[in-house]
Amino acid sequence: MAQDDLYRTVVLERAKAPRHAGPLPTATLNGQGSNPLCGDRVQLHAVLDGQGRIEAIRHETRGCAICAASADLMAGRVTGQNRTRVNRLHAELVEAVETGTAPEGLGELAAFAPLHQHRSRRRCALLPWSALIDMLNDDKDR
Amino acid sequence: MDQSVITSVHAAGSLRHVRADFPILSQKVHGKDLVFLDSAASAQKPRQVIDCMADTMRTQYANIHRGLYWMSERTTEAYEAVRDQVARFLGAAAREEVVFTRNSTEAINLVAHSYGGLLRPGQVVLVSEMEHHANLVPWQMLRDRTGVELRITPITDDGALDMEALAANLADGKVALVAITHMSNVLGTITDARAIIDMAHAAGAKVLLDGSQLAVHRRVDVQALGADFYVVTGHKLYGPTGIGVLWARRELLEAMPPFLGGGDMISTVSFERSTWANVPHKFEAGTPAIIETIGLGAALAYIESIGFDAIGAHEDALTAYALEALGNVSGLKVIGTAPQRGGVISFTMKDVHPHDIATLLDRNGIAVRAGHHCAEPLMRRLGVTATARASFGIYTTPEEIDLLARTLEQIRGFFV
Repeated sequence: MAQDDLYRTVVLERAKAPRHAGPLPTATLNGQGSNPLCGDRVQLHAVLDGQGRIEAIRHETRGCAICAASADLMAGRVTGQNRTRVNRLHAELVEAVETGTAPEGLGELAAFAPLHQHRSRRRCALLPWSALIDMLNDDKDR
Repeated sequence: MDQSVITSVHAAGSLRHVRADFPILSQKVHGKDLVFLDSAASAQKPRQVIDCMADTMRTQYANIHRGLYWMSERTTEAYEAVRDQVARFLGAAAREEVVFTRNSTEAINLVAHSYGGLLRPGQVVLVSEMEHHANLVPWQMLRDRTGVELRITPITDDGALDMEALAANLADGKVALVAITHMSNVLGTITDARAIIDMAHAAGAKVLLDGSQLAVHRRVDVQALGADFYVVTGHKLYGPTGIGVLWARRELLEAMPPFLGGGDMISTVSFERSTWANVPHKFEAGTPAIIETIGLGAALAYIESIGFDAIGAHEDALTAYALEALGNVSGLKVIGTAPQRGGVISFTMKDVHPHDIATLLDRNGIAVRAGHHCAEPLMRRLGVTATARASFGIYTTPEEIDLLARTLEQIRGFFV
């Protein structure tokens, strides 16, 4: 069977055995994103520190392997980061899935660069990120 | 592969020759032979349709119905000849009962807007749980606009229409129109149109059948069925996009107000008032999809050249074969097991999301649909968020089913 660059080991591993999934009882921030076209849903729970950095974050994802892996890799990557840094990472991920070339420093998130060949699946990887950005923006607006 | 399947499929109209008519089937996708299993979304086009449309544009094209010159008159003849063809294809009593639309969706919207506008608050439009959004949303819009009630009749767990519930829904005599699919685009279920129509008529209701899927696979005879409205779409019938058909009983069309206003649909126009053209032209405002309509004619001629006996036999054999082959894939569950069904099979696979299935099949050249198939309420009824769906056409082979089943087994192994 022809496999796909997209389903690299890291994506499959994180989809099958996520490291950052589940509830977070101490969460002070909760957010959600869903894709009505496919029914995928990502719930996020986070705690920020005094400087607005993400101290802890967990996700509960119901979705495809790409969405689930993206949520898990995202949670690992944004821990310790502030809103500005999250926005920059998101912009770099968008660039990667649109061009197929991952900006340096994207690290494991570069696994999603092959999505540039799968236009219809880009939103699967980006859904957790838009949920996170919405959650952080809502917090800022409060 | 079971020898009897090969025999019956190959007896059904020389599959090899049929495939040779579809140029796209020789395309490669990701370096693999294209295996196209998404005909229920839109079918591929034979060279007879492609050539007919290109030849029309090359040699015989002008606007229709008004030109006083040779080229316009010939194009009008070609366009109107398709109306005769469609009338024969659907078993209509008269060519005037055939209204050209953009697709099935527009045909249903036409009925919802025009016939629906004649309904009064308190009257009921009845649809089923397994409708495509195209046969649900226009009725919701009608309900919100006019105050008619929209009633949903349930399906059974195996995906058949619940006929007892239908009878109960018709019992109060308030139902003015039953709008139901003739074949589900998700479950493959073929509804018992004759029984539905008899029950509806006994309760004083008219019946619209959404034949978008069924008309591709079985002969339709609207008079034998006793239907009141029937809709089909060209692009699923191996024809072009942008052309669909509303068939309705003449007396209904005559009683209905126009849908869109403009050129071609009028008799006389002054600044004070306009009067309408006779049916069917009353419902065909503006320059229609001329080339597409002529292309639809070529598609219907192509289907007739194979014949529904052969098409039905081919697809029945293929569907039975596919249900067995897919049933043997570990973790795979077929969604919809009604006894009367056509070549549309939805399924889920344990531990593998339908979108991942579709992407990985695509990498192997196999095109299937994944998602909610424009039937979100049905997905909720079935307790799933999405399914993968393989659907067959006259060009589908048992070897392609084998490849699908084998690749699904490998995909499953990849995830578990």
